[in-house]
Amino acid sequence: MYIATSRSSDVAAGTERKAGLRRVSANVVALGAVSLVTDISSEMVTAVLPLYLVLGLGLNPLQFGLLDGLYAGATAVVRVLGGHLADRWRRLKAVAGFGYGLSAVCKLGLVAAGSSVAAIGVVLAADRTGKGLRTAPRDALISLSSEPDTLGRSFGVHRAMDTVGAFLGPLVAMAVLALSLGSYTSVFFTSFCIAAIAVMLLVLFVRDHKQDIADRAAVSVRAAFGLLRDRGFRRVAVWAALLGFVTLGDSFVYLVLQRRWDVAATFFPLLPLGTAGIYLVLAVPLGKLADRIGRWPVFLGGHVALVAALIALCGPVSGFWLAALALGLHGVFYAATDGVLMAAAGPLVPADLRATGLAVVQTGQAAARMLSSVLFGLAWTLWDLQPAVLAAAGALAVVALGAAFARPVRK
Amino acid sequence: MKKVLLAVVGTVVLAAAALVYTVAARPSPAEPAKVEHLSLAPGQLFFRSTKTGNVGVVPLANPGAAPKFSDLKCDRFAVSGTTGMCLAVRPGTLPAVSDFSVLDRNLNTTHKDYLPGTPSRARVSPDGKRVYWTLFVTGDSYAATGFSTRAGVYQLDNGELEKTIEELPVLVDGKRYFSSDVNYWGITFAKDGKRFFSTLGSKGKTYLIEGDYDTYRGKALRENVECPSLSPDETRIAFKKKVGEGVWRLSVLDLKTMRETALAETRSVDDQALWQDDHTILYGLENAVWSVPADGSGAPRKLVDEAASPAVTS
Repeated sequence: MYIATSRSSDVAAGTERKAGLRRVSANVVALGAVSLVTDISSEMVTAVLPLYLVLGLGLNPLQFGLLDGLYAGATAVVRVLGGHLADRWRRLKAVAGFGYGLSAVCKLGLVAAGSSVAAIGVVLAADRTGKGLRTAPRDALISLSSEPDTLGRSFGVHRAMDTVGAFLGPLVAMAVLALSLGSYTSVFFTSFCIAAIAVMLLVLFVRDHKQDIADRAAVSVRAAFGLLRDRGFRRVAVWAALLGFVTLGDSFVYLVLQRRWDVAATFFPLLPLGTAGIYLVLAVPLGKLADRIGRWPVFLGGHVALVAALIALCGPVSGFWLAALALGLHGVFYAATDGVLMAAAGPLVPADLRATGLAVVQTGQAAARMLSSVLFGLAWTLWDLQPAVLAAAGALAVVALGAAFARPVRK
Repeated sequence: MKKVLLAVVGTVVLAAAALVYTVAARPSPAEPAKVEHLSLAPGQLFFRSTKTGNVGVVPLANPGAAPKFSDLKCDRFAVSGTTGMCLAVRPGTLPAVSDFSVLDRNLNTTHKDYLPGTPSRARVSPDGKRVYWTLFVTGDSYAATGFSTRAGVYQLDNGELEKTIEELPVLVDGKRYFSSDVNYWGITFAKDGKRFFSTLGSKGKTYLIEGDYDTYRGKALRENVECPSLSPDETRIAFKKKVGEGVWRLSVLDLKTMRETALAETRSVDDQALWQDDHTILYGLENAVWSVPADGSGAPRKLVDEAASPAVTS
């Protein structure tokens, strides 16, 4: 470990540093740009959707919650489908492009749906389907467009660009609302135009990863399932899901923060900006660190940061700086886990099954997180928020320790 | 190079399309044909026009008459005695911010402040000394925590503003209730200006809370009572009773016998009921103001079309 670290830092001090951003392939930057622009579009809608549904259409918040929760589940299943089809047809770019295009058209669908709650439900489901379809082929493209030893950095660059879009989305929505004097359909239409720009960027600048078509037969449903028979891959997928199962969801983190810190409601929505800001700044450095010292240690380090954040939030001492620290650690958690897991899992999957493999890992993690938020809700009801959070932190620490000993990824 | 040019042209065209659409969507201000000076004289039924947002009025004795409109625009409007209250979301704010205005008998603003959230309920106390409200508070995309409600009180005489009554110490089943997910919605005060009722929502349940605003204590009387509204004779509470997810039946609770009576309105009503007098209840539903007898008899009657947020002067 020590030798490996010192050797790669020698490299870093020399040629690698000078190379800078050029070490990230143009294709990754293009995909990052597509994600950035798409995120502006989708976050605009997310920002105004609750207001639109409740104020504009008179839905009650509970109906909104049901509508919202229902379709979050749909993404997980479609993700595997998107990954598998992309591998099967050898058309990563086409499947990802279809997903981006579908989501873009759905923004117009929101305008067309008018006040019909059923139509809005269908449009939102299609939107999530598009998101689910595109994620795995996109991550596979990033992974296949990068050198294996700089995967962490590539995903870091992509996720940082993605987060910039998430930052800008609500701001653009605010500007459109101000300019249109509160017209929600203007937000949807503008969102469509921005999403269309992203699709155009994808079509023009993203290169597909073409391989020999001789081994086309290899990618069958059976081959996809066969992935899970591979011990190394299975262990990563299982540990990622286990960690997902004990990871406390964002909304709960912000809720604790708000209760403890007594955040005024006006500023409450700004809290996640703190997380996103740290994520944005640290995504690339932590991705590079993962390339250097190993992806699994960084991935686990991220979970340790989350444990520390939860303890800071719920511990005996409270205060402004502690809250800021917790928010920062939450950002570290994201920067050290989201892209890094993809970088860790990527090399374990054969190139022709890359999208399928990444989709399986993501889906396992997402499904585990969904289940965990249900259980956490239950624990919250039984014990109240603070004990439930501390219990979650404890469980996370235990599983992270287990994952550290298991070390399913050697690199 | 060709690709870059194509991308630039495409981006410019799409951005221009968005801009044109946005500017064209500016609402051509729908205004009533004529605005008049209104006052809180007795015997009137005020409402919010669902077409223009202006406050309108018809004689209570003849609600079918042609309405008159004020230039005042509100999302929720309430009156009691000679005090009015207007709650209006600021257009284009994200997260939403609402202005609340206290109005005198000529609907002139005597006090104005703002609160986070979007308007849900607004009421004025029977003694006209307090105004109170419920707002939906939303996170934005970064924190998809869904909605919570915040109910607050403003006292006209000393200018005290309580943005949320969440900190009210309450007893549920005789025990002090603690929970981090407490929400309140729908406040109603008695004539003495101390006794009040509200709905407490927590852990999936709702409770009718009776409180004393002076000693600042409350206790739960009953489950499944939302948006209470105290009758003028202070013997009954009109409320919405949850009968399914997102379905509420307008009902009346007798405070002495604790007996509930379902009213003749069978459609789901999501509003804080208003007592026109001791026998009649008003509410907004499907862009109209309706009335229904308070004893469960009769049938709902439509009073004013294209209207919501009823308020009466007596």
